[in-house]
Amino acid sequence: MARPRPEPIQVVKQRRDAALNALVEAVPYIGFLGITFDRRGDELTAVMNYDEKLIGNPLLPALHGGATAAFLEVTAIITLGWSQIWPQIESGALDLTTGKLPRLPKTIDMSVDYLRSGLPRDAYARAKISRSGRRYASVHVLAWQDHHDKIFAQATGHFLMPQPRTAGLAE
Amino acid sequence: MSDQLKMAQQFIEALPHARALGLQLTDIGKGCATIAMPYSEALIGDPETGVIHGGAVSAMMDTCCGAAVMSHPSSPGATATIGLRIDYMRAATPGQTVTTTATCYHVTRNVAFVRAVTMDEDPDRPVATASGSFTVESR
Repeated sequence: MARPRPEPIQVVKQRRDAALNALVEAVPYIGFLGITFDRRGDELTAVMNYDEKLIGNPLLPALHGGATAAFLEVTAIITLGWSQIWPQIESGALDLTTGKLPRLPKTIDMSVDYLRSGLPRDAYARAKISRSGRRYASVHVLAWQDHHDKIFAQATGHFLMPQPRTAGLAE
Repeated sequence: MSDQLKMAQQFIEALPHARALGLQLTDIGKGCATIAMPYSEALIGDPETGVIHGGAVSAMMDTCCGAAVMSHPSSPGATATIGLRIDYMRAATPGQTVTTTATCYHVTRNVAFVRAVTMDEDPDRPVATASGSFTVESR
């Protein structure tokens, strides 16, 4: 029994990157903060590229706590949204380049823990989905700068998952 | 306009991220602060509806809580956020200015406790609430 021939790597990468770009570029606020995403397979690392406008305390200088909180929230939402559409990207059922984007999860609450002050340089973050149900999800996010072991902020948040547009009829 | 408000306004404008968000300090004193953030397309989180991103609201609430701590009579000066919890009740109405009011309700030697609420132009339904703890820097 022959398995189907795997797709060429360029085709797979192109499809995944196009989907990720479409998801991220649709949100103006992500561009405002200068956040980009690195992808390895389905794993995402968010990067908040350093810019002077992210500074909160110009004397130290240190990143604004609010910018850090926003960075963690963006990382959580995109990672959740990405995990939701991943199966459809793989099957080819979803084509995000046509402009029809899936709705992103909505934040219910976020609790941010500031462990050390953010240095004036790039910051990185990864989100771990602790649980993702039909309606609610719980996500934990870690952010670091030069050393992955030295976490400078972390957050736990709850999110409301986007409901299918036909919800209610199907009940 | 009081001298304290003028000074505090200049202080907020010296914070690059606060300036980037377009934050305007409208009231400050005795552990209370009010900050307004006019609607801007750069802050949109949901492109379909034009609703601003929760992160922008978080950044504004963090700034406002910090300002409230610094204006408290028994707080000597600078502060940094230790922890901040934010609950989102609803989306802010697109096109409307959002306003946060923060109250620093208790200060110890090392820690200041703050709560805040964010409204849009509907005065009856809050957009978000927050509670946080902040450092108190020694004199």
